[in-house]
Amino acid sequence: MPSSAVIRRVIKPALFVACALPLLSLVFAAFGIGGASLGANPVERIQDTFGQWGLRFLCITLAVTPVRDWFNMPWLVQLRRMLGLYAFFYVLMHFLTWLILDQGFYWSGILKDIGERPFITIGFSALVLLVPLAVTSTNKMMRRLGRRWKKLHRLIYLICLLAVWHYYWQVKSDVTEPLIYLAIVLVLLGWRAWKARPKPAATAVMEES
Amino acid sequence: MLIRRPRPGDSAAILPSEITSESVYLNRRKLLQAALAAGVAGIGAGWVSEAGAVADLKVQRNAKYSLSDAPNSYEDITTYNNFYEFGLDKSDPAENSSRFKPAPWTVAVTGEAEHTGKFALEDLLKGHAIEERVYRLRCVEAWSMVIPWAGVPLADVLKRFKPTSKAKYVAFKTVLRPEEMPGQRSRSLDWPYVEGLRIDEAMHPLSLLAVGLYGKTLPNQNGAPLRLVTPWKYGFKGIKSIVEIRFTEKEPPTTWNISAPHEYGFYANVNPNVDHPRWSQARERKIGAGVFGSRVPTLMFNGYEQEVASLYKGMDLKKYY
Repeated sequence: MPSSAVIRRVIKPALFVACALPLLSLVFAAFGIGGASLGANPVERIQDTFGQWGLRFLCITLAVTPVRDWFNMPWLVQLRRMLGLYAFFYVLMHFLTWLILDQGFYWSGILKDIGERPFITIGFSALVLLVPLAVTSTNKMMRRLGRRWKKLHRLIYLICLLAVWHYYWQVKSDVTEPLIYLAIVLVLLGWRAWKARPKPAATAVMEES
Repeated sequence: MLIRRPRPGDSAAILPSEITSESVYLNRRKLLQAALAAGVAGIGAGWVSEAGAVADLKVQRNAKYSLSDAPNSYEDITTYNNFYEFGLDKSDPAENSSRFKPAPWTVAVTGEAEHTGKFALEDLLKGHAIEERVYRLRCVEAWSMVIPWAGVPLADVLKRFKPTSKAKYVAFKTVLRPEEMPGQRSRSLDWPYVEGLRIDEAMHPLSLLAVGLYGKTLPNQNGAPLRLVTPWKYGFKGIKSIVEIRFTEKEPPTTWNISAPHEYGFYANVNPNVDHPRWSQARERKIGAGVFGSRVPTLMFNGYEQEVASLYKGMDLKKYY
């Protein structure tokens, strides 16, 4: 296990930079650095990139606890907050790209979309649910909320499912990729359910009482 | 046929040995372009070698059926495509279509017509002047482009086969070549792609059988060597790489309608008042407008209302979407 100094001074900064790479790739493409380009439909490219990485970071965040247990790496949990905040960041940028660059603050259309188009309603709900998690991610809030903090942050389970659903519903014909994400999320959630299952001994006691 | 290809008799003045063979020429070009592309672009360079495979066409602009809008760049038109036969991403057709062979090409004309049979593409187009028409293409995904197509009016070609009174519809079919079209190896859609028009739609002067764009033959990713263009309908009606034209009495099945009937109808007319079940069709993104180019309102029948509205008189366009 790496020492806390290594985690703080090496692993965390390196992870911070690595997580920013999708953002940097867009910046490079926007300015044509290294011949990269945003292509014929730059708004779509930006929106898709942010959305895809939002979903990926949600999955990665959800994977921290299982991976910690499977590979006996307790220190991984120290990286979870950064991963979760990056997930929030990419999801928020995905939303803002839609709001500002795609819709151009065209409010009547925006409100109609959020209210009437299920895939947008679902995506928007996922974003809204992420806000309290981001707000309560500080040490101070963790202390203040105590046991309720853990309960609140279980919202991530629902958020991940909403995010996959949002993706599934906007695909035109081939749903292979959304189904892969769904499988990943279900494995990560299923493992938690299995771990939390009532133990045989406990069940027996309950049945007797 | 106006595609300038060397014919056996043409080269009398030049010895065959003096001419660089096409394959060597293309290989050389590919090498040069690959080197250039690798240096300049790094990624996404596949389309460059593709552009080398198209030939010049002699075209005459048809001003009556051309928009005054500035066309999109050749690069945008040839690198941002929906052509699921070559993959689902917009960049896939340009990247995955280099193995596709658009020549020689044969089109079968079948069904309710006096003259039917199989025709070489050159014979199908023989005697028709190739017109350039600048049309707006509105994709069902709510984006649009302006494209200078080269082609012949569909009606002029269809009339030569003398459709009978039973010919109420025209059905089209795309070639099925999974070995050359990697997308056809997956089941993203029901292959081969099929489309259709009512006979009066097919005979409308706006309907175009396109063989090129920007004064050149169609690149593979745009539906080489022969595709349909119906500018008042969503782009997916513009079936590509056509190998069969069939006159039918009944409404023919169409691929996207088979895939998702509540989302894609037979008519697929551009209509800002009838939304796709999952997204609005009221406004569209103009490709080429850049990051800060906002959406513009979509026009009824994609701006071709005056020309085509009479085709649908009395029809409930919400029902016949």
